[in-house]
Amino acid sequence: MGRYVRRSFAILAAAALFSAALAQTTLRIGLAEDPDILDPALARTYVGRIVFASLCDKLFDIDTSATVVPQLATGYTVSDDGLTVTIDIRQGVLFHDGTAMDAEAVKYSLDRAKNLPGSNRASELEQLESVTVVDEDTVELHLSTPFSPLIAQLADRAGMIVSPTAAEAAGEEFGNAPVCAGPFRFVERVAQDRIVLERFEDYWDADAISIDRVVFLPIPDSSVRLANLQSGDLQMIERPAPTDLTVMRADSNLVVPSVASLGYQGITVNLSNPEPRTDPLSSDVRVREALELAIDRNTINDVVFGGEFIVGNQPVPPSSPWYVADMPVPERDVERARALLDEAGVDRVPFEMMVANNPEAIRVGEVIQAMAGEVGFDITLRATEFATALDLQEQGQYAAFPVGWSGRIDPDGNIHQFHTCEGALNESGFCDPEVDRLLNEARAAGNNDDRFELYRQALERYLPDRHIIYLYHTQLFFPHTAAVQGFQAYPDGLIRLQGVSLQ
Amino acid sequence: MLPFVGRRALTAIPTLFLVTVMVFGIQRSLPGDPALILAGEQQDPEVIAFIREKYRLNDPLPVQYLAWVAQLARGDLGRSLRTNERVLDLIAAKLPVTIELALLSLLVAVAIALPLGMLAAVRRGTAIDYGSTMAALTGLSVPNFWLGIMLILFVSVRLGWLPASGYVPLSEGVWENVKRMIMPAFVLGTGLAAVLMRQMRSSMLGVLKQDFVRTAHAKGQRGAAVVIRHAARNALIPVTTILGLQLGALLSGAVLTEQVFTIPGFGKLIVDAVFNRDYAVVQGVVLITATSYILINLLVDLTYAVLDPRIGAK
Amino acid sequence: MSVTVRVERPVETAAPTGGPFGRPLSRLFKRPPAVIGALVVLLFVVVAALAPVLAPYDPAKPDFANVRQPPSAEYRFGTDEIGRDVLTRTIYGARASLLAGVISVLIATGLGVPLGLVSGFYRGALDELIMRLTDAVLSFPFLILAIAMAAALGPSLTNAMIAIGIATTPTFIRLTRAQVLAVGAEEFVTAARALGATGARIIWRHVLPNCVAPLLVQATLTIAQAVIAESALSFLGLGVQPPTPSWGGMLNTAKNFLVQAPWMAIYPGLSIFFTVLAFNLFGDGLRDALDPRDD
Repeated sequence: MGRYVRRSFAILAAAALFSAALAQTTLRIGLAEDPDILDPALARTYVGRIVFASLCDKLFDIDTSATVVPQLATGYTVSDDGLTVTIDIRQGVLFHDGTAMDAEAVKYSLDRAKNLPGSNRASELEQLESVTVVDEDTVELHLSTPFSPLIAQLADRAGMIVSPTAAEAAGEEFGNAPVCAGPFRFVERVAQDRIVLERFEDYWDADAISIDRVVFLPIPDSSVRLANLQSGDLQMIERPAPTDLTVMRADSNLVVPSVASLGYQGITVNLSNPEPRTDPLSSDVRVREALELAIDRNTINDVVFGGEFIVGNQPVPPSSPWYVADMPVPERDVERARALLDEAGVDRVPFEMMVANNPEAIRVGEVIQAMAGEVGFDITLRATEFATALDLQEQGQYAAFPVGWSGRIDPDGNIHQFHTCEGALNESGFCDPEVDRLLNEARAAGNNDDRFELYRQALERYLPDRHIIYLYHTQLFFPHTAAVQGFQAYPDGLIRLQGVSLQ
Repeated sequence: MLPFVGRRALTAIPTLFLVTVMVFGIQRSLPGDPALILAGEQQDPEVIAFIREKYRLNDPLPVQYLAWVAQLARGDLGRSLRTNERVLDLIAAKLPVTIELALLSLLVAVAIALPLGMLAAVRRGTAIDYGSTMAALTGLSVPNFWLGIMLILFVSVRLGWLPASGYVPLSEGVWENVKRMIMPAFVLGTGLAAVLMRQMRSSMLGVLKQDFVRTAHAKGQRGAAVVIRHAARNALIPVTTILGLQLGALLSGAVLTEQVFTIPGFGKLIVDAVFNRDYAVVQGVVLITATSYILINLLVDLTYAVLDPRIGAK
Repeated sequence: MSVTVRVERPVETAAPTGGPFGRPLSRLFKRPPAVIGALVVLLFVVVAALAPVLAPYDPAKPDFANVRQPPSAEYRFGTDEIGRDVLTRTIYGARASLLAGVISVLIATGLGVPLGLVSGFYRGALDELIMRLTDAVLSFPFLILAIAMAAALGPSLTNAMIAIGIATTPTFIRLTRAQVLAVGAEEFVTAARALGATGARIIWRHVLPNCVAPLLVQATLTIAQAVIAESALSFLGLGVQPPTPSWGGMLNTAKNFLVQAPWMAIYPGLSIFFTVLAFNLFGDGLRDALDPRDD
């Protein structure tokens, strides 16, 4: 009897807790993948950044047109030589553990991002030599060379400020329960199941936040993600299948805001990684031009993405201020492509194309294969899982690989590391010292007009080489139920909950 | 019985040893490098070098293997390379989910398969026999992911009867938990039912023809009683073997179902870990599933003895 | 497994017959469901073999102007997500799917049955070794084995078949061994041994015939599982390479278009279903025909 009563009490208590939880507003968001470690210095995935947007504020942020705006900083000045950046820190901001977010904390976080062993931020802050605390709300960043993209870097993970107290106490465990100064605090994470955050009452911009709890649920299958949204189990999802958009738009209960992403998708052709290759595709630029002319970008977009994405031919989308308008997207031209192959003295060009083994990437591969086949390319597709593909790419064991880049706020992030001789992401083995010079100058130039001119000159040199054949740009969709109000899509693809409410 | 259990426990040692060698060897022979994955989009060479150093990926393989075994001996399964969580914590979080789903699926399978199998055997060659066969085979020949998505679209989206997916621990309410488990257990259970039903029918046919069943009939016992008391009991022996194998497979093999219903079980954990080359997680989980598998089969053998006292331990 | 099974009245045993495949074959064709099953299997085999003749289009050639079109006079089964003919792809898909199902089961039985026979008949250290290996493979997650296989040998249909075959081998070893143990205790086997018959002869004449029935039931069901396993593997990039069709792969693609283009799922789905069913009816008939007790 006694045991029975005790158990009933336990159930009642649990029920009470449960209904209390229901009374709060909880926003459930379906992610396409399970985020990796939640430590701003070590993190590397796009979905991880979506979670960070609610968890960790940054020195700077962007607005809906990808312009950098202050967040934990209130402003900055750059010295004339471009080597010192002075940042003013917002006053009265608290971390989730109640400690103060001040200049010391900013210095600690930047040093940590740069020096923590294994930090994925170190390369982003390569030019940062040291940080000095001027006073409680001012820091000075000293650079080795002038570096215009720095502020844009600080509008991403490199600029996230963590609680020094918590980071010191947690050590390697910090990523398991991060403590930052964002609008929501970390509650729990069940790997591959959910990440739960709750509203941080002392958030510096607390008025902008009206949701009590956010739950991120990784649901890899796009059909299942959508079904959960339609059944009301989720209120928002990211990266729906573009071919499902007709279904979503027909559903009166759903709203589908969207924005063009900052990234690109293209075919990387291996020219000389690790050694110069001798096959026609790698060694003859006319063959690569023929391949580009064989491809109808609009067909890829229409067939695979329901016409929802944006065709392109440059590292930035046509809507970007950095897009060079006098080098427009080329049309398909089978005759010219055939003529180029004849000129190059080849009849059929066989090559293997590695494709990521997800349905969309395979479809893109099949469409390219069919179109290029009509001109004279015999493409063998090789669907390869992610880890193997990375390895083959690193070792240069591939001929061509349709692969994308998630995109960075500053154009430097989309260009420099792919087209400079020693660029960490130059998987093609392309090398032109003149391009290196132009892209390095563009990093140092302080004025956007000067930078644009340098990027244009570089583009004129590397684009005709076609070691990366840019094809299209992803459009980002954030379908949500009509109950979610005030949501805006940002071009970096992050979900910001400032101003969002749940009816 | 006890010496039997002891002897079986001893034979588990070489099996587990083989499993550690296999999981280690197979994994390290895969192309792909965890350091490249952990270095993310940026592929910073310094980060790659640091990770290789930190996780001792540059050491000779035998050294790495021995280091892992030494760690195991201390009861430490290591940490996930990907999220830095303790592998033991990951397993502890997922084991109850996995076991619950496996048991519920088996329950569904048994509830479908045993009656159908018995019926089909007793009414052999009739429409009932063929009908049961067809019914059982339908479950088998429809891929789990497909059935799962159809169920979600119909039951959750169209009718709104059950949540589409997700998992809620039992501690947050039995019904909350069970209503999310119904569809996945049904999907897995119907897939298993065909195998069980066919095996049940097959062994029932064998048993029904045997002397002691005929004798029971001759003694005037009624059909149903004979079937249940004598025949079914004996027919269950091969069925139990299959059941044991299936349960073992369920522990790590329910990947697609777990994925469709986003249930955080072992299957998804292990496949994600393999694709991320998260060595510590793969090694830890394989070791745990192998141990569970051995335990389950020990139980199966013990069940033989209960079902048929003539089969005993020497 | 070191438990000795004493079976006084075994589950399924029989007096000596004329080898495992003697008289029973003729009895098979007296059973209508088995004949129907055999005919359907045969039909699919013929379709697979004659695919280039039967198919109206090229299985890899897309028609970008007709993407995800419902069935029409031009495209009888409709078109898929990039405008290929679903009828053509279903016909060609029979090749990969049937091969995956049948060959992997042949590999599994080819490895599993001899190992099981040896293990169960000779016992001792060899038995111990085989059983430990079996346990180790069985307790090992299938997908890790499959991915490793594909990674080591390169992704292709052949390697997918080998992977599925190896992963299902332990089931056949254990089933065979259990049956051998049951038969081994029989008086006629003991008698044959006493009369000095060789091990191979006893296995062939007495042991194997008694193993055939449960193995066939398992084999037919495993073919079905293998056809479905092939779809999982192609999805992971470990099976047939695009744009070659297989039913499993087609179904996998179709799952993202269940609402907009249900025909993409229906035809490969039905093909899998009927193939699985046919193999089972056939196997069932075989089982009955081979059951030496059934006279």
